[in-house]
Amino acid sequence: MKVRVRYFALFRDQAGCGAESIEWDGGTAAELFRMMTDLHPGLKTETAALVAINDEMRDWETPVNNDDEVLFFPPVAGG
Amino acid sequence: MKFSVSDKSIDVAAAKKSVADHHCGALAVFEGWIRDHNEGQQVERLEYEVYRPVAVKEGSKIIDEALLRFDVSHAMCIHREGLLELGECAVIVCVSSAHRDAAFDACRYIIDQTKVRLPIWKKEHYLSGVSEWVNCEHCASAGHTHGDHPDE
Repeated sequence: MKVRVRYFALFRDQAGCGAESIEWDGGTAAELFRMMTDLHPGLKTETAALVAINDEMRDWETPVNNDDEVLFFPPVAGG
Repeated sequence: MKFSVSDKSIDVAAAKKSVADHHCGALAVFEGWIRDHNEGQQVERLEYEVYRPVAVKEGSKIIDEALLRFDVSHAMCIHREGLLELGECAVIVCVSSAHRDAAFDACRYIIDQTKVRLPIWKKEHYLSGVSEWVNCEHCASAGHTHGDHPDE
């Protein structure tokens, strides 16, 4: 399946890009992130990172579907 | 809009007025300002990145939760994005209610949830010329009660 991945703030710096489209076999958001860390060795797992799919906050075990846009948020720091 | 993101200076008086109500005898306001130091570094300015589509949606949910959870009449929050100078207001929360306890509690709830749930990041620019993203991972796991951030 094909998905679009977007990175923000620290993750964008670590991945070296803000967005990319990739082909993969499918799985959860967590599995997709792990695959992206293999693709971008600078991208580091953060325990407080958050994920959204199609602009809705989701947990990391949510399955990713074909054509989804997956947003990887590094630990947030508003306020 | 109960929760909004702005790239312009926050009008504090207008924000307070937006929750005014003759039924309310209490107004609780929290303002987060840009501070000149963090974790031993001299901060020169601060830059907020906000992913608006999710921040506004989740921020509005937080306001709705506060209105349900506490006995308050009105609540609102504005968060800045972009480059901010020292002393600028980065975030404001205003809550009005009949009595003060509920207003204080709801105001605290809104700012605490805003800090850990919304896709907002800040990059500090130091006097040394170095810039770095502030990692708030410890906030999320520990209930963000430490005093290492600009508004605490």
